[in-house]
Amino acid sequence: MTITTNSTDCVLAVEAHGLVKQFGANRAVDGVDLEIKTGTICGVLGPNGAGKTTVINMLATLLKPDAGVAKIFGHDIESETQIVRQLIGLTGQFASIDEELSATENLRMFARLLGFSHKDAKVKADELLDEFGLTEAANRPLSKFSGGMRRRLDLAASLISQPPLIFLDEPTTGLDPRTRAKMWQTVRNLVQNGSTVLLTTQLLDEADQLADDIVVIDKGRVVANNTPDGLKKSIGTASLQLTVKNPDDAELARAIIGNLLQVNVQIAKTSELSAPMDSADKLTNVLDALKDSGIQLYEVNVTKPTLDEVFFALTGSGSVGDNDNELAYSGRSNSDSKGLWR
Amino acid sequence: MTNTLIIPASERRLNNYVSMEFTFKNTLTFAYRSLVKGFKNPESFADVVIMPVMFTLMFTYLFGGAISGDVTAYLPIIVPGILMQTCVTGSSNAASQLREDMDKNTTSRFKSMPIARIAPLAGILTADLVRYAIAGVITFAVGALIGYRPPAGLFAVLACILFMSLIAWCLSWLFAFIAMKVKSVAAASSGAMLIMFPMAFLSNAFAPTETMPSAIRFFAEHINPLSKAVSATREILAYGTLSSDFYFALLGSLAILAVFIPLTVRAYGKRR
Ligand SMILES: Nc1ncnc2c1ncn2[C@@H]1O[C@H](COP(=O)(O)OP(=O)(O)OP(=O)(O)O)[C@@H](O)[C@H]1O
Ligand SMILES: [Mg+2]
Repeated sequence: MTITTNSTDCVLAVEAHGLVKQFGANRAVDGVDLEIKTGTICGVLGPNGAGKTTVINMLATLLKPDAGVAKIFGHDIESETQIVRQLIGLTGQFASIDEELSATENLRMFARLLGFSHKDAKVKADELLDEFGLTEAANRPLSKFSGGMRRRLDLAASLISQPPLIFLDEPTTGLDPRTRAKMWQTVRNLVQNGSTVLLTTQLLDEADQLADDIVVIDKGRVVANNTPDGLKKSIGTASLQLTVKNPDDAELARAIIGNLLQVNVQIAKTSELSAPMDSADKLTNVLDALKDSGIQLYEVNVTKPTLDEVFFALTGSGSVGDNDNELAYSGRSNSDSKGLWR
Repeated sequence: MTNTLIIPASERRLNNYVSMEFTFKNTLTFAYRSLVKGFKNPESFADVVIMPVMFTLMFTYLFGGAISGDVTAYLPIIVPGILMQTCVTGSSNAASQLREDMDKNTTSRFKSMPIARIAPLAGILTADLVRYAIAGVITFAVGALIGYRPPAGLFAVLACILFMSLIAWCLSWLFAFIAMKVKSVAAASSGAMLIMFPMAFLSNAFAPTETMPSAIRFFAEHINPLSKAVSATREILAYGTLSSDFYFALLGSLAILAVFIPLTVRAYGKRR
């Protein structure tokens, strides 16, 4: 029963329609469509609880969808489960390596399970350890591994079979900027060698840097599906934040800015305004206009847009996910951090 | 970074089923993994080392006089009983061990890999054969120290250890099923205990069945496959022959396998 598929008829690495997953009363994934072309990177962007992991778990055959269909390189995830598993590599959100074994033992064991001979498993493990800079730590107990080393080992373990499709669930969460940049390079290399990558992230910047297509999901639904450029056009590349001295001026300021930039302006805590800008150059116009109207300012900031603002721009609603969202950039005022977890 | 190009999905030979041979290989890999982990953590063998020593000494000197008149006469009765009890206790430990393993993140990786569904479970259970063997060897060693000399000789002793290990392995699938059905390690462990104790003690392992209340006696003599296993062991050790009890115990254990392997694998593979 060997199936060899026709090479012309499945260019899509992932094709999903109407995926639904319900946990009790909670519709974690609520009708997600997804198409990923072979050889591209798709970034799935969303806040905590958006359903990113659940989508990956369904595509990786760990969870059974309650509705919808999905195909991996043309193979149905429900009826051709075992074939799908031969085509994917999964690096989950939490490292799934055996804490009681060393890095070498972990990799060799996974290789053996995939059908490598003793000798080939050894060679493959050494090769991957070298590639991910873990040779020195290869025989150290994993309990002595740093978070970044675990991530690397976990990714290495998903690459043993050289799968054409790789799922990376928040591959850079918890990594320092330098390690993060290396992880990005690794992902780019994977695609250069012919893999297709689906990665999830909470960082707009990361999706922008890596992805060919960005799918934004919130509360289990796709709220945008676009190229990074297309997405940025709709939300601006910069975010303007300003605080007016007198809260009574807030509404007037909102009208002026909204008129000038042609965008929605958000007001928080009566005197803090924020709005997307397509370029930071417009700042002077805004400041001039406010000055002409006699509005005094307390503070002005231009930052990269936060995930929160992306959602505001896309959905018109400021609250994202289950409200325990970590914002993508911490450049904003920290004044409300005290009540954050309440 | 490796520059090996990825083979496109369309050019791969793909199989939607796993062959018997591959299933067997996967199982051995998992068994090996389990043993490597065991030997890195030698305390995990404490139970199969200490328990047979403790139980053999305790039972022999506590009940020997009362049941058989003297200690030496009780040994041929109690040693096979302890052999059964330590092996079965060992196999009931599989429940908590499996539950713990299933809750780890590695399980989700295994489930996303193109490996045999049964292998992670079968591997761990099969590695336990080493534990049963240790328990068996120590039981007979302690027995020998306090004067037990089985008439059928060393070969019979080895055969009995093998036989009891096999029975325990079959039974461990029942405990594996419990592990799949409960949510916590504590529940797996107490659930296994609730089954293991009546099976081990409502038997002919420690005392003659003649004086038991009729219902218990009926269960101990005719239903409990572990009684049959103990009787078979006693006969092997005394005469070096296989009785009908031997085949009955074997058949009972195979029946457990036939029922619980499919149930357990289904429960394990279930995707919520
Ligand atoms: N096994 C489960 N049982 C019950 N509810 C679940 C389960 N897995 C996820 N959920 C719920 O489904 C929703 C989506 O979760 P999911 O893990 O997919 O989010 P996510 O986008 O990956 O979030 P994060 O960024 O925090 O990883 C959440 O509300 C979560 O509580
Ligand atoms: Mg997640």
